[in-house]
Amino acid sequence: MGAILELKDLSLRFGGVTALAELAMEVRRGELLALIGPNGAGKTSVINCVSGLYRPQAGTVTLIDGDGARHSLNRLPPHRIAALGVARTFQNIELFKHMTVLENLMLGRHVHMKGGVLSGGIYLGRQRRREIEHRTHVERVVDFLNLEPLRSAEVGNLAYGNQRLVELGRALSLDPSLLLLDEPTAGMNAEEKESMARFILDVHEEWGVTVVVVDHDIDVIMDISDRVVVLDFGRKIAEGPPDRVRRDPAVIDAYLGHARTGP
Amino acid sequence: MSLECGVFHTRYESDMGLRRWPAERIRLAVFAVFVLVFPFVAGPYWLDLANQVAIATVGAIGLNILVGYTGQISLGQGAFMAIGAYSAGLLTLNLGLPWGVSIALACVFTSVAGTFFGLPSLRLKGLYLAIATLAAQEIVEWAMTHWTAVTGGTEAIVLPAPSLFGVRLNTTFNFYWFGVAMAAGTALFAANLFRTRMGRAFVAVRDQDIAASVIGVNLFRTKLLAFATSSFFVGLAGAMIAYYRTIITWERFTLDTSIVYLAMIIVGGLGSIRGSFFGAALITLLPALITNAGRALQETAPMVAGLLPYAQQAVFGIVIILFLIFEPKGLSKLWGNVKDYFHVWPFAYRRG
Repeated sequence: MGAILELKDLSLRFGGVTALAELAMEVRRGELLALIGPNGAGKTSVINCVSGLYRPQAGTVTLIDGDGARHSLNRLPPHRIAALGVARTFQNIELFKHMTVLENLMLGRHVHMKGGVLSGGIYLGRQRRREIEHRTHVERVVDFLNLEPLRSAEVGNLAYGNQRLVELGRALSLDPSLLLLDEPTAGMNAEEKESMARFILDVHEEWGVTVVVVDHDIDVIMDISDRVVVLDFGRKIAEGPPDRVRRDPAVIDAYLGHARTGP
Repeated sequence: MSLECGVFHTRYESDMGLRRWPAERIRLAVFAVFVLVFPFVAGPYWLDLANQVAIATVGAIGLNILVGYTGQISLGQGAFMAIGAYSAGLLTLNLGLPWGVSIALACVFTSVAGTFFGLPSLRLKGLYLAIATLAAQEIVEWAMTHWTAVTGGTEAIVLPAPSLFGVRLNTTFNFYWFGVAMAAGTALFAANLFRTRMGRAFVAVRDQDIAASVIGVNLFRTKLLAFATSSFFVGLAGAMIAYYRTIITWERFTLDTSIVYLAMIIVGGLGSIRGSFFGAALITLLPALITNAGRALQETAPMVAGLLPYAQQAVFGIVIILFLIFEPKGLSKLWGNVKDYFHVWPFAYRRG
């Protein structure tokens, strides 16, 4: 399988702090890649660089679409990157909390829909047809995530675990080819984690979406991922299948610290 | 919006409707009957107030699109209404355009001006943006009073009375129908807008602009579109004032106006169309109600009656403060509470 995303020599600094140091990695089409590492390793920075929220000082981010065309994401604004089929979720849920679940999901259709202020204000005819057409797409997501009873609930009032699901749903509504999940199980209890892990697996297997999951909950992530990339201090320190990475001395060092010798 | 027992939507058309339950349709019908009957029973004094409410509703919905729905605070309401009023008037006076064409062009013109003054919103948020729009207000005020060649300076501009098929429009009775039509049209347009793609993008920018951009909303375009849409209706309100009074003076469009309109949408409910109407009605009618209360008390309590005119400004302030403390979501939320109460009446439990 070819790559869907290539990062080359990516460097990102905030003043004197180096978030990413000449990071090179790739995401293969169709895989479920886990991106792990201790706090401050630069995992979220990678996602922010790909989705256009951070501008790396050096290096390239390249998205390869289904036809093999290469898109450089470095200088694209976030909404253009979304239009290329890259969707993400946030570590601290970032939903449109005064809108209903349906409206949140419909925003996931924004890049695929047409319709401006005028056609929206007139509504009847053209815009209503478009809304209905995309509503049917969104209903697939509602059905998949079992959100039926919550359709018209205001998102800000939902339980935490459900908010996480809605955020996943919003990203899915975009029909992404690449889905970036930033700590999708943060703050969840064991059952919710398991349920979220199953949803991620289903997204990957049934919907055929390439998924990158960032997390520091190694147990869950090692179970579901095809391949793992480990970051520490903005560098890649290990890469490979979960079993091998788990035994890698560099990874153990990064998580547990070095064994000291001598007095 | 919560569900109603016994109503099953089996088509997306009906599920996405503006009025989804029979009760909502009945309420709307009752209100429509009231609006239709009102001018035949009310005297010119109340009719004039109703016209002012209609104009304020258009302006308040316009402002709410920007402030309540898109989260871009604007202190330039007075300025945009001025641009609408002056361009509607001057286009007719100088170019001899029919009043209808002038009003339409004035809306477009205000929309363009609003977009221009909205440019700082791309970099500024919250209070900083408010100060930038304050600059717009000051610039326009200065232009109104000092650009004598165009605006006539501090002199009032007198317009010819607008007429439609030989019927004079600016009598209280005739203007009522025009005002109601415009207010209803504006409300319907806005309600439609916010159940479709672009309106959702506006709200998304307000709630979480970063998430909005990541899901594909072009922040630059969306914010400017919000300014353009909002100013269009604000300009319409300005143009309506011009042709209702057939006299344009700069005092109508000062910073005070901006504040009063902000008060309307705060008291009525930010991000709510019916709230815009409630707020417009309350803030417009409040001074009149106080005056009437003063007259009524003339006999029984002359002391209080004498003080009331002075209390008007204070009451205005107190109403706003009370709303901010006790019902920050405004009259719109209060109305929702009343509906919820009667929805399950006579049982006491509340819907979730």
